[in-house]
Amino acid sequence: MSGYFDGPGPEAEFRQFLADGKFMIQRSKGSGIHVFHPRVMVPCSGETDLEWVEASGEGTVYAATCTRRRPEKGGDYNVSLIDLAEGPRMMARVVGIEPDQVMVGMKVRARIDDLNGAPAILFEPA
Amino acid sequence: MSDLKNLRGKAACVGAATTGCGEAPGRNSTELMAEAVIHALADANIPLHEVDGVFAATAVHSMAAMSLAEYLGVHPKYSSGSNIGGSSFLAHALDAAMALEAGLIDVAVIAYGSNQRTAGGFKSISEPMPFEAQYEPRNPITAYALATSRYMHDFGATRDQIAEVAVAARAWAGLNPEAFTRDPLTVEEVLAARMISDPLGKLDCCLVTDGAAAVVMTRAERAKDGPQKPVYLLGAAMAHDHRMISEMPDLTATSAADGGPRAFAMAGYGPNDMDTVQLYDAFTINTILFLEDLGFCAKGEGKDFVGGGRIAPGGALPVNTNGGGLSCVHPGMYGLFVMIEAIRQARGTCGDRQVDGAKLCLAHGNGGVLSSQVTTIWGTEETL
Repeated sequence: MSGYFDGPGPEAEFRQFLADGKFMIQRSKGSGIHVFHPRVMVPCSGETDLEWVEASGEGTVYAATCTRRRPEKGGDYNVSLIDLAEGPRMMARVVGIEPDQVMVGMKVRARIDDLNGAPAILFEPA
Repeated sequence: MSDLKNLRGKAACVGAATTGCGEAPGRNSTELMAEAVIHALADANIPLHEVDGVFAATAVHSMAAMSLAEYLGVHPKYSSGSNIGGSSFLAHALDAAMALEAGLIDVAVIAYGSNQRTAGGFKSISEPMPFEAQYEPRNPITAYALATSRYMHDFGATRDQIAEVAVAARAWAGLNPEAFTRDPLTVEEVLAARMISDPLGKLDCCLVTDGAAAVVMTRAERAKDGPQKPVYLLGAAMAHDHRMISEMPDLTATSAADGGPRAFAMAGYGPNDMDTVQLYDAFTINTILFLEDLGFCAKGEGKDFVGGGRIAPGGALPVNTNGGGLSCVHPGMYGLFVMIEAIRQARGTCGDRQVDGAKLCLAHGNGGVLSSQVTTIWGTEETL
């Protein structure tokens, strides 16, 4: 019988889910608190009862910046912090809109796509 | 039971020096750091071989205290290379005061050096942030731009209000011969500068310079025997709550609001007692957040507080009197320069930019991405 700490760690599990096309976050069985980024325990309380659940993909832009980059190096791109509907915040990129038009408070929805050769959680306007 | 006052005034700065500020072509970071130590020891009239406490952190040494002690040829009884980013040196002052008061050491040196500008730009041994790196944040600026975007959203702040921070810093730099950029600056020029990471433009960002600094500390009773006016460490406290900007609970409120009050409590003074305020201004938003979080104005009011010349030369509250990281010097990690400006103001040796009668000076360090916050309060003998 395998225990809570056996096998691949939360980061490896998260990346495997992502490779399989799933955006998974963690939830504490006892408290119902959602956790991202993936951890071995609930931050602060320390409970070791985290299970994987699929994220709704719904989020709100908490903060946003347009990183200015020369066109020959790929051009400007957005970096945002997204508050997930479940509670946790994550860094991501909002796409499908000009990078300097991403506004704080904007509703966004997650999708999985390739970013620099690896699967990534991206967001687009909802 | 903890007693916040049991370190109050027990240690003092007896020597301080900066060197290589701006550009120091052909000299490496260790050479610059050691040169600053030699100058600071000369300032204190203490021979090198008496140094038995070594405190250092840089962006290029993984074990800076060992590298520096080896280079100097000293054999520390206690050292710390703890690296919590640009605020490390203010934390080192607290470390040094504890080690001195405990009798572990007699003479502490705190040092930093960098040749980043002439060696090709900002470099850091920092690891990529998991769950962030893929999105290519250009840290640290991305993080501070994100914080600025949230601050503008929450409090209706505008870029021109925030630009006042850069304008005030430049006005102070104009009074400081050591400052790297000294030409007068206007709000319009700040707004017209090339955008780097919206809403931050080039002139919202700190300089990229070379530079080194060192401070010598002893117990208070020995400090009185030195050639310089001793400047006592009255209060010091630290706090941090995240490493990655995505984990910062509220991007408009730093943990300076946690550590700051503890530093004031140790010192027995409050914000209104400070004659000068030196804040780690890596970006314009820093000064606003720290003025709020340290209690100089209410949350959300910083955008107005920094206007009208209030923090500029001749204003009601002298802030970043050397010109700050924005206009004086910023060699990668700036915290020790923040502390030295507080010490120089308390010594009364700041020339044209000297604040008349400055006795109590706050130096606040910031590290990482608004992550580590270390507040120190320095005072003259009469403030003890």
